[in-house]
Parts: sequence; structure tokens; C-alpha cells
Amino acid sequence: MSPALPEGVERREFDGRERLATRGPPVYGEPTEGGWRVWDAGRSKLGAMLELGMDADLSGGDAVLYLGAASGTTVSHVADFCGPTYAVEFAPRPVRDLVGVAEDRGNLFPLLKDARRPETYAHVVESGLDAVVQDVATRGQARVATRNARFLREGGRLLAAIKARSEDVTADPEDVFDAVTAELSEAYEILETERLEPFHDDHLGVVARVR
Amino acid sequence: MTTDAWFAGVAPGDVDAAAERIREGAADAPDDWPARAVEAGFAADEEEYYAALREATVEAARTAAAERERADDRQLVHAVRAMDDAERTANELAERLSEWAGTLYPDAGAGVPYARDLAEGEPDGPVEERVVSLARRVADLADERDDLRAFIERRAPEVAPNLSEMAGPVLAARLISLAGGLDALAKKPSGTVQVLGAEDALFAHLAGRAPSPKHGVIFTHEYVRGTRPEDRGSAARAFAGKLTIAARVDRYGGEFRPEIHEELRERMEAIRARADAAGSDRDVSRGDGEGDNGRGNGDTGRGDGDADHGECDADAGERR
Ligand SMILES: C[S@@+](CC[C@H](N)C(=O)[O-])C[C@H]1O[C@@H](n2cnc3c(N)ncnc32)[C@H](O)[C@@H]1O
Repeated sequence: MSPALPEGVERREFDGRERLATRGPPVYGEPTEGGWRVWDAGRSKLGAMLELGMDADLSGGDAVLYLGAASGTTVSHVADFCGPTYAVEFAPRPVRDLVGVAEDRGNLFPLLKDARRPETYAHVVESGLDAVVQDVATRGQARVATRNARFLREGGRLLAAIKARSEDVTADPEDVFDAVTAELSEAYEILETERLEPFHDDHLGVVARVR
Repeated sequence: MTTDAWFAGVAPGDVDAAAERIREGAADAPDDWPARAVEAGFAADEEEYYAALREATVEAARTAAAERERADDRQLVHAVRAMDDAERTANELAERLSEWAGTLYPDAGAGVPYARDLAEGEPDGPVEERVVSLARRVADLADERDDLRAFIERRAPEVAPNLSEMAGPVLAARLISLAGGLDALAKKPSGTVQVLGAEDALFAHLAGRAPSPKHGVIFTHEYVRGTRPEDRGSAARAFAGKLTIAARVDRYGGEFRPEIHEELRERMEAIRARADAAGSDRDVSRGDGEGDNGRGNGDTGRGDGDADHGECDADAGERR
């Protein structure tokens, strides 16, 4: 029995197929119907985590910090069902699109910042958040997560997609995942891990609780 | 501390000042900013706070992204031109140096590697002092070129991820430089991209003095120079076509798009399969770039024109 989806995320039928969906203005040409829009697990690691039945334990209205927002594909869905959603991305080009996504949503706050340096946005992002969602695909993914633990409330969660190739292109992904989860364990208690195949190759989904 | 807050000292409604604080401010630790803002009288309630926050973050992100983007491709253009200048100057001075050294030492060598050797030496007398000092400048210049290259290799994938993946960061930077910016490159038809850097050959062709060039600076890429001569025209055309798409994706979206790279790989395989089918001994000159030898450095932005031969192929021969 898979855990319940967060409030505001539903499995709905699109063209005869059950798909994850949230309610909000469309962003990337995804199929829509009656105000709902498809959340494509193939284009979103958090979507894949939910699709694979991982217990993200998000509730509608949660306050979230999203690291590695890129042009806003996934974070747009997060903002559809969560409360205040802070979206950090350090590459200027995708931020241009992210700004467009934020303009359509009252609770999405785009930040052109480096997730390795939380002190550069701690004057904007509030404390006591319910969740940090991370998809940075860059070297040092564990370090990014531990540094951003300061934003979480007690019992707050980390939902991370770890990309093996970002740490080491030659190493066996399993070895990379072991090393990354070991480092994560300093700041978080790991609750669940799951490979994100077939949606994303060589990625590990991690659900953890801040210590 | 509330004095760290992005809204500290900002008048409610002053979006520009708020955006500036969001871009430039910092704090060691977060705080319950919505509550602090209400206490400080910056906002009447949470709802008003979040509305102000959204307006300020959108403004800050928009202006910061636009500034950085403009700055970044221009920085890349300067860096690649400086790298070429450093390279050319180092080689010129190395030549001068080896001529000079030849009058002092019977076994004088040539090029930047020799200059590096000389730079290590202890000069004896005023003449050697000058020679060794000059050698050190050459070595320093060559180091500067290497540092510029490392900078380009780091930066180009941020400025143009798809173009860099496809062409390699240095050639990507060169194409941006030749076009005069990423924006300008994204607006060029692929036929122009194909011959960028071959302007001399192109003018000669237009003046009726030469056949039309099949490729410009993209010749330095393995996809073109590693293809047998009779197929290079098609290889250059296919490569330029995808580069044009990559430049547009980078300019207008910026997301990494694996499928365009896959399509190009397939197309190149098809072109090379012709050579295999013809049973020809395919020439695989590896374009692994500009070594420290100051030579084998085919991509100096010079027009290769119709010359489908020369140092690159010879180089590959030597390496086998
Ligand atoms: C795989 S993409 C994220 C895709 C996005 N999460 C989605 O599903 O829509 C990874 C992103 O992380 C960004 N990134 C990498 N390192 C970062 C850092 N240190 N700080 C902020 N963003 C970073 C990259 O620029 C890239 O846009």
C-alpha cells in the first residue's frame, strides 16, 4: 500500500492514462484538463519519487525551500500544492523562465543564489520550514543538503534526488550513493531511499529527517 | 537579528530598494521573517508580507539574471580573445627567444617547452640574464593562456550549456566570440555558423578567386576533421546545423537538451558509416585540442577555407 499523496496532488486520467497532477497555471506545455495539469515523472525527480510510492510526507500548505529550481518545471508543481515556496537556482539563464513561472503564482519566490552559500539567502528565506527539496545535480550534493538543514523546523524533511554522475562519472553509482548517504547522515536521519529508474537513470531518491 | 532581514530599513512599497537588499544582503541564520516583518511594521499581516516578498524576489531575480547573462557571454568573448593573444604572443616570443638562444647555446631548442626549460636556468652574465628573463615571460604567458582556458572551460558550460556540450567549451566560446555574442550567434543561419572564422576564404570565394569554404573554425572539432575529406562537407553542414540549434536553445531557454546531442551523434555515425562502407581507412585525427606544444592548435580562429589537410592530419599521423 503506497502512502497517500500530498493534499493537492492527485492521480487523474489524461488520455486514458493515470498521471500525477496538480492544479495551477500550465508551465511547460504539459497536458491540462479542468484546471489540473500533468506532473510528468520523467521530467521531475520529485514527481518520480511520488510516482514510485516514496513517502514524501508533504502536506498541502507546507513551507518549502527548493534547491536547484532550474526553469521551474518541478517547483511550479510544488508551489501548486504547498505554501510559501522558496526557489533557489544559480544559473541566470533558467532563472529568466523561473521568474515567468513565479509571476503566475503568488507563493513562489525565485532566488538567483548559490545553494552552497545559504548565508546569501538566509536574510530572505524564513526559518522553521517543513521541507527542503533538492535537485542540484552538482558535485557536493550532500554538503548542499547539510548546509541547508538550518532552514528546517524540528522534524523537518529533506527530499533529495542524488545524481551519481555529478559526484563521479566513473564510479559505480551504488558506491557514490553510499558515500553521499553516509555524509547526509551527519545532519539527517535517512528514512527511505529508492533508485529513480525507470524515470531517471543513476539517481537516488532520498527522504530524510533533520536531526 | 532583524537588522539582517531583507526588509530592514526598506520603506514598504519601495520595490527597488527591497530587490537590492535581496540581491546584496546576507544573514548567518534565518529567522521567522514574516513574524519579524509584522512586528517591525513593514507589513500589516503575513499575507501582505508574502505579497511584498514576492514582488521583491521577482524583481531581484529578473534584474540579477539579466545582468549576469549579459556580463557572462561578454566575459567569455574577452577571455577567448585574450587566450588567443596570449598564445600567439607566447609563440612569437618563443621564436625570438630560440633564435637568440641559438647564438649562445649550440643545442638550443624551440617553442614554448624550450622557453620553459630556459626559464628554470640560472643566468650567468648580463646577456643570459636577458635571455632567461625573456624565457620566464614566455613561460608566464603560456601559463596565463592555460589559466584562461581553464576559466573558459568552467564558464562556457554555464553561459551556453548545450553549445558547450556539443562543441566543447573552447570552441563554443570561440563561436560566440566570432559571432560577437551568444545573442548574435543564435540569430545566425547555420550556413553562416558553418563558415564562421573562414571570412578570408569566404571573401576570396565571393571575389571569384576560390571555391566556397566548407567550414570555418568548426574544422577544429573532431566531428569535422576526424571525418574523411570527401565527407567533411556533409559533416560540417550537419554539425553547424545542430550547433545553431544548440545556440538558440541556450539563448532562449538554457535548459540542457540531451536529445539534440543524441541526434547529432547519430547523424555523425551515419556519415562515418559511409566511409566504413567504402572500406576506406578512416582517418581519425583526434581533436583533443590545443596541447602545450603551441602547435596542433588548429583553432586559432583562422580560416581553414577549403584546405582539408595540413597540420591537423599530419599531427594525427605523428601521434599514431
Ligand atoms: C537537474 S537540474 C534541476 C531540474 C529541476 N529541479 C526540475 O526538476 O525542474 C539541476 C539544477 O541545479 C542547478 N544548480 C547546480 N548547482 C547549484 C548550486 N550550487 N546552487 C543553485 N543551483 C544549482 C543547476 O544550474 C541546474 O539548473
